[in-house]
This record gives sequence, structure tokens and C-alpha cells, in this order.
Amino acid sequence: MPVVVALWSVAVLIVVALATPILLRRSAAATPIVYGLAALVALVLFATALSALLGRTDISGEVVLPIGLPWVGAHFRIDPLSAFFLVVIALGAAAASLYALGYGAHEEHPERVLPFYPAFLAGMNLVILAADAFSFLVSWEFMSLASWALVMAHHHEPENRRAGYVYLVMASFGTLMLLLAFGLMAGPDGVYAFGEMRNRVHAEWLPGLVLVLALLGAGSKAGLVPLHVWLPLAHPAAPSHVSALMSGVMTKVAVYGFVRIVFDLVGDPAWWWGALVMALGALTAVLGVLHAILERDLKRLLAYSTVENIGIVFIGLGLALAFRTNEMAGPAALAITAALFHALNHSLFKGLMFFGAGAVLGATGERDIEKLGGLIHRLPVTAVMMLGGAMAISALPPLNGFVSEGMLFQAILLSPDLPQWALKFMVPAVGAALAFSAALAGACFVRAYGVAFLGRPRSPTAAKAVEVDGFSRFAMGLLLALCLLAGIVPGLVIDALSSVAVLVVGHDMPPQPLLPSLSIVPVSESRSSYSGMLVFVFILSSSAIVAWAIHRFASRTLRRAPAWDCGFPDASPMTQYTADSFAMPIRRVFGPVAFRSHIERRMPPPGDPSPAGLKVVKHDLSWEILYAPLAGRISRLGERLNTLQFLSIRSYLTLVFAALVGLLVVVAIWA
Amino acid sequence: MGLIREIAVQGAQMIFVLALAPLLLGLTRKFKARMLDRVGPPLLQPYRDILKLVRKEVVIAENASWLFRVAPYVIFAATWVAAALVPTFATGLRFSWTADLIAITALLATARFFLALAGMDVGTAFGGIGSSREMLFASLAEPAMIMMVFVVALVAGSTQLSWVANFMLTHASLRVSLGMALVALVIVALAENARIPVDNPATHLELTMVHEAMVLEYSGRHLAVIELAAALKLLLYVSLIACVFVPWGLAPPHSGFLPLIVGAVTYLAKITVGTFLLVFFETSIAKMRVFRVPELLGAALMLGFLGTLLLFVSRSF
Repeated sequence: MPVVVALWSVAVLIVVALATPILLRRSAAATPIVYGLAALVALVLFATALSALLGRTDISGEVVLPIGLPWVGAHFRIDPLSAFFLVVIALGAAAASLYALGYGAHEEHPERVLPFYPAFLAGMNLVILAADAFSFLVSWEFMSLASWALVMAHHHEPENRRAGYVYLVMASFGTLMLLLAFGLMAGPDGVYAFGEMRNRVHAEWLPGLVLVLALLGAGSKAGLVPLHVWLPLAHPAAPSHVSALMSGVMTKVAVYGFVRIVFDLVGDPAWWWGALVMALGALTAVLGVLHAILERDLKRLLAYSTVENIGIVFIGLGLALAFRTNEMAGPAALAITAALFHALNHSLFKGLMFFGAGAVLGATGERDIEKLGGLIHRLPVTAVMMLGGAMAISALPPLNGFVSEGMLFQAILLSPDLPQWALKFMVPAVGAALAFSAALAGACFVRAYGVAFLGRPRSPTAAKAVEVDGFSRFAMGLLLALCLLAGIVPGLVIDALSSVAVLVVGHDMPPQPLLPSLSIVPVSESRSSYSGMLVFVFILSSSAIVAWAIHRFASRTLRRAPAWDCGFPDASPMTQYTADSFAMPIRRVFGPVAFRSHIERRMPPPGDPSPAGLKVVKHDLSWEILYAPLAGRISRLGERLNTLQFLSIRSYLTLVFAALVGLLVVVAIWA
Repeated sequence: MGLIREIAVQGAQMIFVLALAPLLLGLTRKFKARMLDRVGPPLLQPYRDILKLVRKEVVIAENASWLFRVAPYVIFAATWVAAALVPTFATGLRFSWTADLIAITALLATARFFLALAGMDVGTAFGGIGSSREMLFASLAEPAMIMMVFVVALVAGSTQLSWVANFMLTHASLRVSLGMALVALVIVALAENARIPVDNPATHLELTMVHEAMVLEYSGRHLAVIELAAALKLLLYVSLIACVFVPWGLAPPHSGFLPLIVGAVTYLAKITVGTFLLVFFETSIAKMRVFRVPELLGAALMLGFLGTLLLFVSRSF
């Protein structure tokens, strides 16, 4: 039974985590042992989950362990939905462990990373495997705490300590919201096992409240605006392979939690659910990419881009909800398949990009792209990998990002049939937001790649960078190959997702691999079709033919000379276009709306010899509108309650007595 | 036999667009010169320019990377594939289902991605300024294009260009939404092809240049390939407008020799008229400041959006 194999794999991970402190003391090779074992376990999990997803193994069984709540036990099982997310986790974990075999060797304090890494992997897998509310929440919290420990690995930097603090607060908030959501669904008689929870009949108001709680709980972990504030702080603070896992994989676990609760457990949706989810998704996508495009820190830029991609996934989920409410099964299947496909794609290319960022960080010690440049000469392999990743994440054919976003556009084109007027008005705006964020993602990654890898080095460290080790390159190559594979034979992924779509929305997309030349047809052949394979072959062959013809029949001579640059003599590399100047036009056009950004000029008065200056001020509005007032209110309330600390023993006894009486009165009225 | 014939027609379309693209460029220059009361260069000058450039030696900057040398071919190939997928003289060609209109937009985005990267590769101020502005324009032009695609797809029930063209042929009607889509597409086409009022294709050494700034460091065969790609892109947009909004004369799928000839002749007539209109518009308007362009493109985006919204409200708009 796959679920047994998966649980044993998780047990191995936990044993490895527990044994790591001893291993670190006894053996010098602790790092390769831990990451090697993690990679092996991830491969076993991958094989198990993939065969379960494709229906090759029987997945009907459920395992009940006598731990957790005594009258419930801990339930674990695999269904197609969990099998798909297990595949996503296992792929990310295998690649990250492979990468860490090389990258982790540079870690200064392995004892702060190694024990928590397998624990983090175990936690993510357990969330997916859990089939009752109690084990789900315990695993969720376990995953959060393990990743928190990894964020705090380099806690001597004050920035990371702050990131860890914000992360801890947001993670606790998220778990609390999920706890309330499950509490509502479990009802007064405490039905915690998912199997029974699914069949409960709820009061009319309850599912809507559960949706909002799930959006807050899972959304805060996934990074939905305005709950995203912790993400660009915490993800980059961890070591790069962990950043890749947090950004690429843990956000998908949050997506899983949302899908599990909203699509599977809570029952029939109301029409406004789709609208709410879609609106949040669109807002998240646009704001995420606008933040990313102004960011100078490479890893934080990638974290903001994660926010954008989560927005895209939630747009798909919202569409699927809207279609499902109106019993449009085919379009719902298309939307959910597109959303999950994009989740998979994002885990692949975001992992790749974070590995690349880690390689850059390892080679130069810099995360600030303004201090990089010309890395394509120094890190030739990493440069190719990052180029592929940048293309995939910018949704360019023939890579995978385009396929899922193209499918989302097709789903949007089916939505004029939705009967609700609010949805009719909203979906075109969501479509525009999706197109806008895709275009901005292109600009964002041209900027990131162009400044960091192209041009001339802007600092001595960038000029002396050396290519990373073989393991890291192999891990990046693996993910790039998967990106390309999912891009040119997307039909395979769509078919693998069909059982998930059946489970979640009760319908699936038409089977794909029977079509000629591996093309995919999201709706019907007359509506649209796309063949990534042929596009890839055509681009490759026509560029090869033209290059060959020109070199053969015209000219093949080449001479190197100083750059022309309109006849200006070559100045220092500092005269290159910088990341800030690249982003300036976009900031100037969109910044005043999105960030209330403006430029502060400082002109010293006449006669003052101090230099003039100018500073770009940009505000994170969700921070200022939501969090700062909230934090202020909480601390004011705390100050007021502070007086409770200094009461006499009599007053405390009175308080305790009053509380007791109060509670008894409540119980009396309730009964 | 049928298969070979179909592949031959598809191949003919690929060669046809490639052979025609420089002529279109020559035609715009000739028209423009005539309107300004100049004689203008010969119609075939773009071919001669490309031939000359191809034969010349390439001079590249000392620190240019492999990307700089590969990019022209990728840009060219992506544009060529996209241009070959837009019906010119016939619909329903062998490989027309390879990519729909959304994928064609994305292929152009691939070309732009590499062009912008190539602009940044040498590490000069001009290349960066061009790339940065190109991406700014793209960030509005691409959603406007997608919105235009939405309008057309909602009217015709398909994003597949051959189907769209056939639908427009059989169900021709005046619609508000299509009018909006046409204006949006024309604005996008002007921006994407670096035409006045967005950019000036005839200028160099100006701080407002965009496309020319990105390709400033290119020479010889690389420059020739990029210029050819730019010409193909112009042809693509003219064909796209012709195919969606004036599809008359297009040969239906699996048609014989005669309809193909008719299709080719009407297509030539269409692009001549299209070029004339483009030049007429260009000569009667002044170039915009860079930061006015987002307003123009924003207008295109809003038009496309409004068209889509109207169609969501009722299919009859």
C-alpha cells in the first residue's frame, strides 16, 4: 500500500533528523549522509506517489495509528489529490537534496541546518498524508516550526531574526485560522476524520465562514496578499536550498490545504466564493510581480515572484470554484487542471531559480544584483540554467510556464456562460490582471537576468566568481529538463491530473496523448490547440537552418573590438544600466498607484557644502494599512492590560472567582 | 499525396512571408518618401541592405557573450514561426493548429525577451535604456494584445486563427467590440513594431530610441537577421489585421490551385493598402515622449478590456 511506504519514508526522515546531532559529533561526512538519505527517501516517495497518481497501485486503504487524540487516532491515506502534491514535494525535495550535496558543504553551521532539513521534509509530507484534522494541524505546525528553525539558521544577522519573528507570528495566525476552520467543520460532536467530516451536513452560514478561515489560514502560508508580508522576509533568509523548498514546495502544501478544505471537505460552494478567491488571486499576482520588479535582492525578488505565481494558482482555483458552483463541469476541470499544473510548474522553475540564486550567492557572496554582472562568463552552466528558468517563469513557449497560463486564459474564455453578473464583470478584469502579471514577469526576469548575468561585472567579487560544483549544476539541470519536458509534452501532465480533477470537481479534461504531434487541446480542437513539441522543433530547426545557411553561403568572419555604444569611449562598468534604472520607467508608471512611491530630493541650502541627494520612497501598502495599525492597537491593549500584573492577591482571587461565576453562568444558559 | 501537398503549401507560406517581409519594409519607405515629396529608396533596397549586411564581417564587443551571438537567430526563428502561423493567403494549413493566437503572442514575447537580453549583454548605457523601455511598453502592449485576443475569441468562439478567419468570413457583421479590438490591435502593432508615435524606425543617436538602442551593438549578419526579424514582425501584424478583420479572399482549407492564387493576390493587395494606411498615419502624427506612450498603450488595454466586458455582458455586442 503506497500510504504505508510513504509513512515509512517519513519515519526514516524523522529518524535521520533525530540522529543528526549524533552523526555530526561522530562523522565528518554528516552533510552528504543526511542530504544523500533525504534524496533517496524523496526518490522512493516520488515513485510511490507517481504510481499512486497514475492509478498503477491500489490506494484505497487507510492507516490508523494509535497516536494523537485517543478517540480518533491518527488517520493517514493517499487519494489522487494528495498523490499529486506528494509528487510535487518529492520532486522538489529530491532536487533540493541533490543540490545541497554540493551547496550544503559551504554551510558554516551545519548543526543549525542539518537536523531541521529532514524534519521539514517529513512535516510537509505528513500534512499531505494526514486524513484527520488533528494530525493535519499537528503536521502543519511541525512543518511551520521546522521551516522557522531553518529560517533562523543564520540568526546572527538581525534581518534574519526579524524575518523569523514575523514568520512565527504569521504562521501561528495561519494555524489558528485553520484550527478554527476545522473546529467549525468538526462540529460540537467532534468529527475529526476527513472521511466522516466530508459527509456532515452543515448549517447554511458555516461553509462560507470556513472558506474565509481557509483563505486566511492556507493563504497566509501560501502568500496571498495582504498576508504575504512574511514571505519575502523569511524565504530568502534560509539557506538557498531551503528557500527553494519553502518557495517552491511549502507554498504548494498551503495550496493543498486550501483545495482539501474548500473543494473536498466543506461541501457545496456558494457563487461568491469563486469571486472572492479570484479577486484575491488577481490582486496577489499583480502586486507580487510589481514588488518583484523593483527588488534588488535576488532572493527576495524570487520570493515576491512566488507571491505572484501563488496569485495565478488562486485565480485558477477561483475560476474552478465559480464553474463548479454553476455545474459547468468541463470548464471547472480545465481551471483546476490549469491551477494545479501551474502549481507543479512553479515548484519546478522556482526551485531552479533559487538554486541559481544560491549558486550566485555561493560564487560571489552577493544577493544584491546591483553588485553583480557578467556572470555568464564566469558561471557558464548556471547562466544557461537560469536563462531557462527565467524563460519558464516568464511564461514563454516552448517552456512549461506558458502552457498552464495559456490554459487559464482558455478557462477565462469559457466564463461568459457564468450566470452571475458579478462574475461576468469580474472575470475580464481577472484576465487582464493575469495577462498584465505575465508581461511584467517577463520584464522582471529580463531585468534580473540581464543585470546579474549579462553586461560587465560591477564588483570585484563578481569579476572573480567561479562556477559551482557538479551536484548543484546537476540539480539545476534536472529541474530545467523537467521544465522543458512539461513544456513540450504537457499532455502527460494533464492526463496525470485527470484523476485529481475528477476527485475535486467531478470531471476531467479530454484525454490528450492521442492527439497528433503531442499537441494539447484544452477545450476542443476548434477552440484552440497548442503543440509545445512542434513549436520547439520549429524554433530550433529554423534558427539552425538560417544560421547554417548564412555561415555557409555568406560570411562567417568575426572580429572582437571595443563596444561601440554610439561612439562613446568605454567608461567604467558603473556606467552600465543598473537594476534601479531598468525598473525606473515601470516604477514611474505604476509605482504611484501600487506603492505610493515618490522621489525625495534633498537639496542643501546655498552655501552648505554637503552633497545633494535623492531617494526613492516606496511603501508596502498592506504593511501600512493593515499591519502597522493592528500592531499598534495590540501593543496599546497590552499596555492597558499591563496593570493586571501589579494587583494584590485579593484582587487576583476576586478575578478568578468572577471568571468562574461568569463561565458557570454561560454554561447554565447554554444548557 | 494530400499530405505532401499540404506540407508544400505550409512550406510555401513560410518562404512567402520571409520573401515578402523586406518588400513590405521597402514599400513603407517608398510610400513615406512620396508623401514627404521625396523620391525615396528603390523598393528592393531592404533586400540589398540585408544581402550587404549578411556578407559583411561581424564586429562584436570584446565582452559580448554567447547569448549575444545566439540571440539574433532565436529572435528570428521565434518571429518567423509566429509569422508563418498567421494565415496570409490560405487558412487551415497543415501546421496551423500548432499554436493559437495566444501562443503566437507568447512567441513574440519570446523574441522580445531575447532582444531585451541582447541589449543588456554588452553592458552599455544605450542597450539598457532600450531594453528597459521595451519591457515597459511590453508590460502594457502584451495585456492589450491578450484583451484583443479575448474579444476576437469570444466573438468567433476560438483562438485558432484559421477558425477565426473562417468565422469572420461566414458571419461578417459590424460589432462595437470588434471595432474596439481593431483600434487596440493597431495601437499594439504600432508599439510593437517601433513605429511613430511610439518609436521612430528611421532614427539613430537619439535619446528616445528604443528598438534601435537595443540593437546598437549588432553588425553584419547578426544585424541582418535582426532586421529581417523586425520586417517579419511588421508583416505579421499587418497579416493579422488582414486575416481577422478583412478575411475576404483567403483560400479555404484543402483548396485547389486557383483559390490559392486568388488568396495570394488579394493578400498582396491587402498589405499594400495596409502599408499605405500605416504610412499615412505615421506622416500625419508626431512622435510621443516616452512617458506618454504608456497612456497610449493603456488606452489600447482599456479598449480591449471594454470590448471583452461588453461581450461578457452580451454576445451580441
